Amino acid sequence: MKHLISVLVENKFGSLNRVAAMFSARGFNLESISIGETEDAEISRMTIVTRGEDQIISQVLKQLNRLVDTIKVIDLTRQPHVERELLLMTLKLTKTQQHEIFELINVFKGKVVDIKQKSITIEVIGSPEKINTTIDIFRGYGIKELARSGAVAIHRGE
Amino acid sequence: MHASGQTLNGSEIFIESLRRENVEYIFGYPGGSLLKVYETLFDVKDIQHILVRHEQGATHMAEGYARATGKPGVVLVTSGPGATNTVTGIANAYMDSSPMVVFTGQVPSSLIGNDAFQEADIVGITRPITKHNFLVKDVKELAATISKAFYLATTGRPGPVLVDMPKDILNASCIFEWPETVEIRGFKPTIKCHINQVEKAAQKIAASKRPLFYIGGGVISAEASEELQKLAIQLNIPVTMTLQGLGAFPGNHPLSMGMLGMHGTYWANQAVNRCDLLIAVGARFDDRVTGKVETFAPQAYKIHNDIDPTNVDKNVKVDLPVVGDAQNFLAGLLEVMPETIENRDPWLAEINAWREQCPLTYSNEEDMLRTEFVIEEVSKQTKGNAVVVTDVGQHQMWTSQFYTFINPRSIITSGGLGTMGYGLPAAIGAAFGIKDRPVVLFCGDGGFMMNIQELVTAVHHKIPIKIFLINNSFLGMVRQWQELFHKEKYSFTDLGDSNPDFVKVAEAFGCRALKADNPDTAKAAIVEALAWNDGPILVDFRVVKKDMVFPMVPAGGSISDMLLARLNPKTMV
Repeated sequence: MKHLISVLVENKFGSLNRVAAMFSARGFNLESISIGETEDAEISRMTIVTRGEDQIISQVLKQLNRLVDTIKVIDLTRQPHVERELLLMTLKLTKTQQHEIFELINVFKGKVVDIKQKSITIEVIGSPEKINTTIDIFRGYGIKELARSGAVAIHRGE
Repeated sequence: MHASGQTLNGSEIFIESLRRENVEYIFGYPGGSLLKVYETLFDVKDIQHILVRHEQGATHMAEGYARATGKPGVVLVTSGPGATNTVTGIANAYMDSSPMVVFTGQVPSSLIGNDAFQEADIVGITRPITKHNFLVKDVKELAATISKAFYLATTGRPGPVLVDMPKDILNASCIFEWPETVEIRGFKPTIKCHINQVEKAAQKIAASKRPLFYIGGGVISAEASEELQKLAIQLNIPVTMTLQGLGAFPGNHPLSMGMLGMHGTYWANQAVNRCDLLIAVGARFDDRVTGKVETFAPQAYKIHNDIDPTNVDKNVKVDLPVVGDAQNFLAGLLEVMPETIENRDPWLAEINAWREQCPLTYSNEEDMLRTEFVIEEVSKQTKGNAVVVTDVGQHQMWTSQFYTFINPRSIITSGGLGTMGYGLPAAIGAAFGIKDRPVVLFCGDGGFMMNIQELVTAVHHKIPIKIFLINNSFLGMVRQWQELFHKEKYSFTDLGDSNPDFVKVAEAFGCRALKADNPDTAKAAIVEALAWNDGPILVDFRVVKKDMVFPMVPAGGSISDMLLARLNPKTMV
């Protein structure tokens, strides 16, 4: 099953590489990985999406913990959490479809971030599932380019 | 010695930091990026620099020293090729959990990433084969980084750590501050076992009718042999050991079952198959031990003590994990063990029946010299008291079978990585660390050639290692698999026509050398070699060509199904 793992690591060069290299060396699945600074500039938070049976996930968590740069590993999957992903997508803009596209952007609570004569760039934020659906729906309207951030996630506050 | 608070350059800080870590030996090779360090080293008297002849040799020497003494081995090499030549040795130390700190020179910081002369991204290259590694970016961080490196290499599960030092850092100066303590927030190994788990384990052990200790190298690195012996003898529990665990329990004790696994003893593997309780300590359920995991110890409740939580449930699902240091676990068991213990006599009788049914044996005809005989003879003559180093292959497996290991830190061998060429430098390193016991090396003719250059190092330093060259003119273990599983196609394993005359080669290096080709001359040569202490001595044992190691579990097979002897008896010559 899909697991969402949050990892606090030392904000040092090579930390991301150590994690990514461990996944590839051990043959673990790595669906997405995102990283950014936290409230403490010395610590980065990684959000990792992976898949596997319980025994594999338990190895993933232990191997992550074993890395010296790793400070804390939390499997958020079965805990209350918020998960979001950002999608940036440029679509072909034609007179005939213009209206439909704008309606769909509203449906997905997206935002127009750039618009040109023949193209429109939008952003959509949501769970990775919502992002998948968004992409599926817009595929029929001519996606020129898209970029996904990968999931970021955090514990729900108390 | 320099005091904290003095202004020193990076090279002086490097040396001073090694002093603080009580380093006796550096195994190294100079080069462009390290000129400043070697300038400083020229006048250093309290740390001995051993000049190797290839950087791979330095890493294996450092590991041999580390395994023999328990202290971290130290390597110093230059950037680029110097650094990349250490890769095999680092990977070896990583697989076998040996404490080692490797210092590499690096091109000046300003040139890193520019494909400079003798530049290699050694931190990137060694990330997956080190416990951790560092690139020092500021001379002010050098001392603290070195102290962290030693702490990481020796704390928890031991392993290799690499410190990459750019040339400009070694030339720059700052005030030397030696950190009194090391604090790494992401590194907090569990040393002390959870008491509830230990109590549960004790109850299971007390109630078991057919318990079995499965002991790995973790018991040796945790210095827990005494506790193990007390516990096994007090509770009457038989002990089987992995290749790296040999010596943790005396091989001449009736409870010792020798090694388990692919080339383990028949009775040890049968016992694994039949035991109702398997107590794994400091072992990692390696595939060479378990064979087919689904049928490994099928009737047993499995307790697994290991200091590295990733080893638990990695290959075999266990019933009771106990994370922590082996000494802490075994000492804890002694404390909480219930008074009433099941009777194990019927179990031991069962094991002894297997032992009598299929003992380790070989035929020894007068005109034919067999490796088994050589190893058994060395075992007798050294009374099991030698530090035994091996290379990789058939002779290594025969060593596990026919040398009776009495004490811990007596076998030094490349287990996990299986590195041919490991033996000679590892033996030299071990001999630097251990002066009061003979250091003997069993090495095949294939592996000996892989780091033969280090014979110079041994001769130069008059290292009295006994090099017992097991010369069958074949890559014997590969040949064995070719015979058994690959239609007898001896593809590129016959070295007969191309091997040099090893006696002449050794003599050209300045090493004394003898030859033996039958049991009588072999016996005499062993006597002579063990009596010779004025530098290394090599004995070229011309053993039979096509001998095979039995028993054997074919790869992926169940360890209860062992090949006990050749299927088609053939000539071994």
